[in-house]
Parts: sequence; structure tokens; C-alpha cells
Amino acid sequence: MVTLSINGKQVQVPEETTVLRAAQRLGIEIPTLCDHPDLHPLGGCRLCLVEVKGGKQFNASCALPVSEGMEVTTESPALAEARRDVLKLMLHGYHDAGYANGQSAPTELVHWATHYGLDVAEHQAKEAHYPINADPNPVVWVDMNKCIQCGRCIRACAEVQGRFVWQMTGRGFDSHPIAGVNNLMLDARCESCGACVAYCPTGALDNKPSMGAGLPEKKVTTTCGYCGVGCQFDLNVKDNQVIRVTSNPQAPVNGMHLCVKGRYGYDYIHHPERLTKPRVRRYLLEAGDTPKPSAPQQNPTPLWDWVETDWDTALGITSRKLQSIRDSYGAESIGILTSAKCTNEENYLMNKLARQVIGTNSIDHCARL
Amino acid sequence: MSNSMDDIAEFAELVFVIGSNTTEQHPVFGAMLRQAVKQRGAKLIVADPRRIDLTEFATLHLRQRPGTDIALLNGLMHLILQNNWHNSAFMAERCENFEEFEETIRRYPPALVSEITGIPEVKLRQAAELMGNTRPMAVIWAMGITQHITGVHNVMSLANLQMLTGNMGIPGGGVNPLRGQNNVQGACDVGGLPNVYPADQPVTSPQARRTFAAAWGMAEEQLSGEVGKTVTELMPGLLNGSTRALYILAEDPIMSDPDTGHIRKCLQAADFIALQEIFPTETAHYADVLLPGVTFAEKYGTFTNTERRVQMVRPAITPPGEARQDWQIIRDVAQGILSAGTRPVAPAAWSGWDYETPSQIMDEINALTPSYGGITHARLEQGERLQWPCPTLLHPGTPILHTQGFTRGKGRFMPIEHIPPAEKPDDAYPFVLSTGRVLYHWHGGEMTRRAQNLLALYSEPLIEINAEDAARLRLAPQSHVRVSSRRGQISAKAWVTDRVPPGMVYANFHFPHASANELTQAALDPIAKIPEYKVTAVRVEAE
Ligand code: SF4
Ligand code: SF4
Repeated sequence: MVTLSINGKQVQVPEETTVLRAAQRLGIEIPTLCDHPDLHPLGGCRLCLVEVKGGKQFNASCALPVSEGMEVTTESPALAEARRDVLKLMLHGYHDAGYANGQSAPTELVHWATHYGLDVAEHQAKEAHYPINADPNPVVWVDMNKCIQCGRCIRACAEVQGRFVWQMTGRGFDSHPIAGVNNLMLDARCESCGACVAYCPTGALDNKPSMGAGLPEKKVTTTCGYCGVGCQFDLNVKDNQVIRVTSNPQAPVNGMHLCVKGRYGYDYIHHPERLTKPRVRRYLLEAGDTPKPSAPQQNPTPLWDWVETDWDTALGITSRKLQSIRDSYGAESIGILTSAKCTNEENYLMNKLARQVIGTNSIDHCARL
Repeated sequence: MSNSMDDIAEFAELVFVIGSNTTEQHPVFGAMLRQAVKQRGAKLIVADPRRIDLTEFATLHLRQRPGTDIALLNGLMHLILQNNWHNSAFMAERCENFEEFEETIRRYPPALVSEITGIPEVKLRQAAELMGNTRPMAVIWAMGITQHITGVHNVMSLANLQMLTGNMGIPGGGVNPLRGQNNVQGACDVGGLPNVYPADQPVTSPQARRTFAAAWGMAEEQLSGEVGKTVTELMPGLLNGSTRALYILAEDPIMSDPDTGHIRKCLQAADFIALQEIFPTETAHYADVLLPGVTFAEKYGTFTNTERRVQMVRPAITPPGEARQDWQIIRDVAQGILSAGTRPVAPAAWSGWDYETPSQIMDEINALTPSYGGITHARLEQGERLQWPCPTLLHPGTPILHTQGFTRGKGRFMPIEHIPPAEKPDDAYPFVLSTGRVLYHWHGGEMTRRAQNLLALYSEPLIEINAEDAARLRLAPQSHVRVSSRRGQISAKAWVTDRVPPGMVYANFHFPHASANELTQAALDPIAKIPEYKVTAVRVEAE
């Protein structure tokens, strides 16, 4: 273990820890852009400069290993000035054309620029160098004018998703990531997981389905409704609509990562075919005991039409039918199919309904299918 | 899963994936496995008839013929034993019935196994050597193992392998079935099965019956002591009148059950079907009543993931129109049935149906499901991370099972013989069809076909066929194929690819107009009643 002090606070960390991680452990925030705790360090953007007592120049804290007795300062007017210069240089190569983006908050770049008193519009490149919305991928928006060459997308795709879609091309100000050989993400075997979007700190990669959707009124942390991995994420909500899904770094199983279904497969929630009113077949509303029309699929009769009805009617018919069939033919004549898509609470109730209320163990779901 | 996903990703030195297309079906875990190989140098053996994406990261790909998993596993264990690579200490301390098992295993020499599985002997030897000498090894499987008439035996064979190599109850090891749907684990845990009450308490156990009768205010004989019917038994029962009515919660048998033509006839024969759903699904055509429920984004409760982790589901939006909370609908149906008074319920601790919130239902689960005893909404809302078993409020949960012993005392080696699949290719139906899902869609497609983003990425069903077969059938690029079985036929665009070997095709069941289940058959595993989706004999023709 190594003991050092950061802004006068002592901290003990394992050897080979970087000053940046040691500071994070103390809850001290050092501005970063190319760094992300999930990704291998790059040491590229130099926004994380700090002062080390006795050092001749500022050091990038993400690449600086701790040493015994080190005294680090993370905030000073000179550091702020140096960071402002770093950001100014970055903004030289950055151009935001001003469209409404797909982000749920100001991007990390805009956040730090603002923090250091820089007006992005004033300092950014005067014109675009690359096409906006440059890739036909239906979920990932690509605008390399906003790229600051931090390489987080490259690392996210390689180190989180394991797909190696992105690589850096060109030199100096012209360098930027490209997807595969012909610059098309899907041709480069992109799986549209959106990891590169989630880790991009500038909106150069953005959520295409959420462009212009605006900021959320609230974010609700919940669990994915598709597969058994059980990823968690935040539903971004505005006007009672889910406008995007964002990663929640605290998610126990998946951290920032999600797959294409979890991140982009949510819009069925608002599909016009959603059932919004109970429906019953017309024969069930006829007077007396109108028998069920036979073979409804082959000869649809008007008695087999759907009729929208109120809850009391639909629930009443359901209970009465199940009860009378049970009473006439025995509990074993009723099958209960519960659902692997529904919650434990709902499944428990179906189990209680089958066993206590009906009196059968014939309850199952698609565990086998 | 006996172990957790992060545990395997972090500690397994060897991962053996058999019958799981992990990167497409459990994508985030699939990505974790890729990183375990790439960043940590873990070894990976994939056994799958298809060259699934994960094979790119594999040290070895064993391409067994569909339906020959037992022969493969017995053959590997034969070699492990022959070379003394087994873990005798673990076996002596924790297992029993080795002699009988060994006798069976002796009958699976590499030459025979190679003949049955189509895997070259040298690959079998390489795999056995890796498995025998790399610890810990985690075994991971999914429906590729279970959807066979030998599904249960396949799973037992994997347990044999893990006992033989001493990989049970340790970090980075274990037996790890990946559960498909978001909450299939939880649905099983809280009694959504015909043979068990919540927490796997058998319905045939007099003691379990007594417990639930007392809790629910019933006389013991009012609760059935007979194992109920599985979905694969309930459906055909509609044709002979042994099943007359179904109450279906958010399931779509027309898409998900085997032999769709048969299922249509079954559903048509029902006296009454109530379907609680979010969309008018394919099954809705046969329903008498449609009760509009809500999506995961509108409800409060818990899901249990494949590693037994119970997590909160929270409502983000209010339901559209008059759609109602699913728990309320179930409650109201139950109250309606009870109000007829034909089946009396006495007052008891948990006999009532007057739930006002999902948390009250969770209280009841806590009280009656020992493995969930300490998993309360309150703890989860405080951010506790809980995996069952978690019997008490102070229990921290259980990330790894079987660390001290097996549930039934000693682990029993089961002698298991290979038997061929129910339907073998012949002159009339010379291809083997296997079925499953793709990355961009989910199960019967009810949700994902209504998700524009996913539809844009995968808009129509594709049938995977090998280039050799495509050439023989003179398939033009982008053309359609007609695939028929003894039960039905579908037509869809061909995807010519070496993902499938010659003689095999692969289709999904996401799209109603060309669902693989028109072709599959209800050949069932005699124990688990799971259909053999992974082997169907079919004919393939150019359209
Ligand atoms: S969406 Fe996922 S797979 Fe595609 S480039 Fe980004 S990180 Fe890679
Ligand atoms: S985001 Fe993808 S991997 Fe995660 S739970 Fe959802 S479907 Fe599964």
C-alpha cells in the first residue's frame, strides 16, 4: 500500500493505482473526458491535469501512478487555466450544428467547458467537416464533427461489447473513429448495443431514436423486460412517454452495458395496438346462454366479433365462466398459463388462483418453450 | 444458475458453453464471456451444431450433430476418467453411485462417440484434456440442452461432468442454466409450475399441502395433491375435453408452442379462453375475453434473473386507456370466482384476496416461500442486492449454491445412455431443423415486432442454410425457401451461411407468417415434458 495526500487529505491505496483513481476514492472529482473507470486508460485528453509538489509541470492524473508521500493538488487557478486551454484546443476541432440532440443531460464536454467558463458556441469550429448523421444504423447517430478523439467508443466496443467496430483513422485534427473498412457500422458487424453511445462524452455518437426528444422530466430505474440476464437501466420519461433508455452505472449485473433490445427495444410500449379497453366476444353479451359459435376461425359470425366493454362486465364474465366450468367439469378442466414476462407478485397470485381458488395444480408457463 | 454471472466472468479458467447462443440470447452475459476470454485469457469451449458468434472466441468448437449431447458428454467423461483427470477427492467426499455410472461411461470410447456426434476424435481428446486440467470450469447451457426428448438427461450429464471434475460449489465453476425470459426463474420460484408450490415444495408432499392449506384457509383435501398438467399436456387436453377453459396471462401459445397447426385446433376447441395481454396477439384470435394488462414500464414488483437475483421493477408511466395492473385483474377474477361461494375459504393468515399494493403480495411470498423469506421490497428499495436463498431479514443472500453440500446430501452420479432424437431425417425429410431466436427479437415477437428500432434492424424471418445445400438446391441470392415438415410448412428468405453445417437449417419463431413452430412437433421429454425443438426432420425447396 502507498500513502499519499490529495488536497491535504491522506489516502492509502494499492501500488500502481493512478492519482486519478486515488482521488476518486476520496470523493474528489478531477475533470476527465477520455477516462472512464470501466475502460482501460488512454491518457489522451489531458483534462485531468494535477499539480504534484516538487514537480516541474502539471501531470495527467489518469496516467500518473501514486508514490509514497506524494502531495497532490487538484484545484488551483493555474490548473484551471491549463484545463481551460486544453478545452479550448478541443473545441477547435468540435462543431455542434445546433440540432436538438438525443442526450438526457448536457454532454460531459459541454459540462466541463461551461464549468471552466467557456462558451462552446464561441470557441467551437466555425463549420462542419463531416456529414451529420453519417451512418444509416437505425439506432446510432453519428456526427464526427463533435468527436474529440477520446477513443472511448473504440474502447467501449472492444472492451465492453467485444465487437471491435471502431478504429481511429487520420492524423492530428483530422483523426476520428471510423467503423470498419467502408465506414458503415452494420457492415463492420455492429450489434447496435449502444455501448459506444453510452460512453461517448460529446454526443458525436448519440441515440438516433431519441434525437430531439428533449430532456426527461424524470428517470426511473427499473429492470429489463426481455431476457433473464436482468439488466437494469433508467427509463427517461417525458409527458408520460418513455423517450429513451440510459445506462445506470449502479446496475448490479450490467453496469453501463445493455444490449440492443434493452437499450432500443422499448417503443412497443407506446404502440397504437396496445389494448386499452376490455373486449369480449359478442355472443357473451347476448341474452340467455348463447352458445359459443363453433370453429370461430373458419366461419367468423357476427357473434364472434369483439365488443369493447367495461371492466365489470369483462371481469364478471371471466369469473363466472371459470367458476361454472370448474363446478361442472371439475377443477382439472381448467388450465392456468402464467407468465415468465410478469412479476413475481403476479405469478404468485396466478399460483394462488390455480391452487386455492380453482383447486388445480395445472398451472404452467413457457419455461419449457 | 449455481454461480453468478460476474463470478464466472471473473474466476472461471475454462468456460464450457453447450446449447447456449449466449451473445444473442443473453447478450450482456455473452459480452462478459467475450471479455473473460479476451482480457483475462480464460479458455472457452463451445459445443454447438451451429457456428454461433461465440465460437470466434473459442479455444475449441465442438460441432456435434443435433441430438447427440449425451454421447458427447459421456465420451468426454470417458476420456477424463481414462486419463485420471477426474477429481477423486471431491467425488469421494461429495458424491455417490460412481460405480454404476462408470460402467456406462466405459461404453463411450472416442471412436464410437466420434461416429455418433460427427466430432473428430482429436477434438474430443483436446476438449477432455482441457476440461480435465483446467479448474475452475463453469458449465453454461440454455435451451439447446433442454429442448430435446432427452432434456433432463442432458442436464444430468452436465451435472455428472461437474461432479467428476470437482467443479461444484466453487467460484468460477458450477452448473449454470441460463433462463430465457426476464422472469422465468421467478415464475418457477413462486409456484408457476404444475408440480410445485412456491420454493419448489412438491404438490405431492403432504407437509407442503398442509402448510398451504393452513395459510390459504382451505381444508387439506381441498388442495389437489396431484401433479397438474404442463402446458404441453393442457393444450392437447382441449381436444379430448380434459381441458375446457384456459386463463392465460401474457403468453402466446400460437407462437411459442410446438406444432402451430395442432395448437390452433386445440384453442378452437376450448369452451372458454380468457387472455390477459398488452396486444391483440396471435392467440387473441382464439380468446373469448381480452383483459388489457400493462407493460413492465407501467408496473411495480420484482423480477428474478437467471442467477437468482431479485430486482425491483418500477413504473415509469401510467397505463394507456383503461389498461389495468395485472395483479389487480388477477385479484378481481379470483374474488369473482370466490364470490359464487361454491368453494368455501375459511379465514386464515393468507386466505384473503384484498391486496391493495404489490408489496402486500410480496409479504405473502416472504411468508410462504422460504428461499424468499428475507427478500422484501423494503430491503430491495434500500439498495440491497439479494440472490435467493435468502431465508431471513438478516440473511445476505447466496451468490453461489452448493458450497457446503448438495440439496439432497450427496451428489448422485446418474448413468445416462444416448438415445437418438424422436424424428430422424429420412428420404422424404432429409434436413434437420433447429429453432431459436435472434439477437433483435424476443420469443413470439409480440413486443419486438412492434418496436420500430428492432424491426429496422431485423425486419423479416431468415432461414439459415449452408452454402453447399444452397448450391444443390440452386438457390438464387436473396431467394426464398420453402421448408416443410410432417406437420406444416413455411416460406421465408434464405440466409446462406456457414453458421449451419450442410444438412441443417435454422429458423426462428418471431414472425407469425413464417414461424418455425408450424414445423416443430410435440415430441416431449418424458420427465420435463419439454418439446424437442432442436431436432425436426424437414424438406427444403427453392421457391
Ligand atoms: S453499438 Fe455496440 S457493437 Fe455497435 S459500434 Fe457501438 S459499441 Fe460497437
Ligand atoms: S438489456 Fe439485453 S442482455 Fe440485458 S436483460 Fe435486457 S435483453 Fe437481456
